[in-house]
Amino acid sequence: MQISFIDKKLENIYSKVLENSRLSKEDGIHIYETRDLVGLGRIADHVRRRMHGNKAFYIYNQHLNYTNICRNRCLFCAYARSRGEQGAYLWTCDDIRKILKERIAEPVKELHIVGGLNDELGFDYFIDLLETVKQIRPHATIKAFTCVEIDYLSRLAGLSVQKTIARLKDAGLEMMPGGGAEILNSRIHKKLFPRKINHERWLEIVRQVHLQGIKTNATMLYGHIETIEERVEHLMTLRRVQDETHGFSAFIPLAFHSQNTRLSHLPATTAVDDLKNIAAARLMLDNFDHIKAYWVMIGEKLAQVALSFGADDLDGTIIEERITHMAGAKSAVGLTRQQMTDMIKKAGFEPVERDSFYNPVTEQMSGSDE
Amino acid sequence: MNRLDRVIGKLDDNRRISPDDGLVLLKHADLLVLADLAMRKRMELHPDPVVTYVVDRNINYTNICVSGCRFCAFFESPGDNGRKGYVISKHALSEKIKETLELGGTQILLQGGMHPDLDIDYYIDMLQFIRNNFDIHIHGFSPPEIHFIAEKSGHSVAETLSILKEAGLCSIPGGGAEILVDEIRDRISPRKCNSEQWLEVMRQAHLLGMKSSATMMFGHIEKDFHIFEHLEKIRNLQDETRGFTAFIPWTFQPENTRINVVKKTAVEYLKVLAVSRLFLDNFDNIQASWVTQGDKIAQTALFFGANDMGSTMIEENVVSSAGVDFMLSKDELARLITTAGFVPRQRDCYYNLIK
Repeated sequence: MQISFIDKKLENIYSKVLENSRLSKEDGIHIYETRDLVGLGRIADHVRRRMHGNKAFYIYNQHLNYTNICRNRCLFCAYARSRGEQGAYLWTCDDIRKILKERIAEPVKELHIVGGLNDELGFDYFIDLLETVKQIRPHATIKAFTCVEIDYLSRLAGLSVQKTIARLKDAGLEMMPGGGAEILNSRIHKKLFPRKINHERWLEIVRQVHLQGIKTNATMLYGHIETIEERVEHLMTLRRVQDETHGFSAFIPLAFHSQNTRLSHLPATTAVDDLKNIAAARLMLDNFDHIKAYWVMIGEKLAQVALSFGADDLDGTIIEERITHMAGAKSAVGLTRQQMTDMIKKAGFEPVERDSFYNPVTEQMSGSDE
Repeated sequence: MNRLDRVIGKLDDNRRISPDDGLVLLKHADLLVLADLAMRKRMELHPDPVVTYVVDRNINYTNICVSGCRFCAFFESPGDNGRKGYVISKHALSEKIKETLELGGTQILLQGGMHPDLDIDYYIDMLQFIRNNFDIHIHGFSPPEIHFIAEKSGHSVAETLSILKEAGLCSIPGGGAEILVDEIRDRISPRKCNSEQWLEVMRQAHLLGMKSSATMMFGHIEKDFHIFEHLEKIRNLQDETRGFTAFIPWTFQPENTRINVVKKTAVEYLKVLAVSRLFLDNFDNIQASWVTQGDKIAQTALFFGANDMGSTMIEENVVSSAGVDFMLSKDELARLITTAGFVPRQRDCYYNLIK
């Protein structure tokens, strides 16, 4: 396809893409700096269509945030509470059972489970949690715990990371989300989340997880104090790990929401920045299969547009998102299957309901666990 | 060569496209192909990377309206015992204008319902009151209001416009156009002026030397071909008068109204915006609608043919009654423009840059 670019420097990036050669750090920086948003989008769209044609994926999923009590208290978080603080909560396995049963008639395919690092909990809680979920939702995939939680659980259990993962796997863990990576860089780590594991540890854990056959996603939290160079380096770090392990499934750029955080003076990310992050991810992460437009963070409207800027997945129906809404997100707390497929079709793509591993969900499978 | 390529070829040769060509673009062109075409057209018309905006206040002098349009969540019927119905007092009007001037505003957008008890003297008095007390541009009374005032007063549309102009009216907003196709208007706003009457008000206003904008509200019961009937009608009038300053398409907001449809999505809005930029080759300016689309899609619209962000809307009551509630300060509007790589410039009603 012939594209005539307003920004002539994009021509070089486009020819590399056509030859399937890997983009450099300088290319990555230029992707963020170009003013030719449409030209950039067209390159990313070309790659996206080469990989997925006209398909756009979504999943019927449910989020479970088992506790908001967290010892890390990262500067960018509006969700965490200290024990005893107003609004602090911890769900028992009975609570979880009740919450899952409320929605049992719905054909949920995946449970996304993450929470704070809560000192009250022992390792057994997590085993019980997984087993409870598996018992009530035997046909849904459990995608649970970020590398940050895995590090914490291994210390709780007094086990190696490897053994911790093995125990969790036995209890029902099948996949892991990509959170907690933030920006993989020590400057940002020191400034924003000093009590959370650093990037070396995050990478060490993710490699071990992949080695044990558990797929994970990867994320990047952008729009706070990071530089463009730090974003590009973050993407290149993930690309290197992926070359080694091939354990990443999707990459999800996460737009920072500052409301109710200690960084509330920072403005919201703009549409242009959100779309560039999607395009940058699609172009830099040549060894990742999927790029998600996470509608909770960038809004339903822009997520739909992002399908033409390199994204092939709109994440899921979600049912009750909590973390980003505590930080002022104005998106819905959940979407119906009808709304998801409608958005995709009206953007000119073919909706494909998927399971956690990107297998299409067929009619027979789409029933509930009732 | 397929039909889409033929239409793109026409655009590349700077030839006018037909309604059928427009339909081909809307139906068959990829989102970013449309963006690319619209962006090129926009850069050709406005080579400087400037995006303009106006600081003004929307003043709705009354919400009492006999029109009863099915898409409206703002109006109160005259018979509703006046419960929530109001007519603005001069004191409130003054306060609103003072505030607007203090915020660096240059104009007011003065619009209201078709109130059965207000006659032309009311409007003359209101305009004179504003003109005699404030130095502010009055952009007021959409064609349905002008038509209604004319009918009640027994004056012709041209005479009515002339009287209002004499009293202080400067320019006409392009509202109430909805879709300028009578079979649509008969179903959604039967008591409002018809499409020929709407166009006639604009024609007469332009002939008197008054400028106006043009709008289109889509995403209710119209089909795509109606959109192009609408665009063709305003393009033809523009050929005749050159009186339109800008075109503003926006999507119908169904909440709290009596038309039950699924809201148009962002991609559908952006496509119509881009095709409008391409079709309306005799319009200088295309405005993004952050009020109906939100800040993110309004910013994205700058890459789909829009070169103007509209108004800061110090006060907006009509769309917010239909469940959409966005507020943008002048600084935030400027930030959206700057971070998209453009230079923000405040303008007046005629698109002259201020300062």
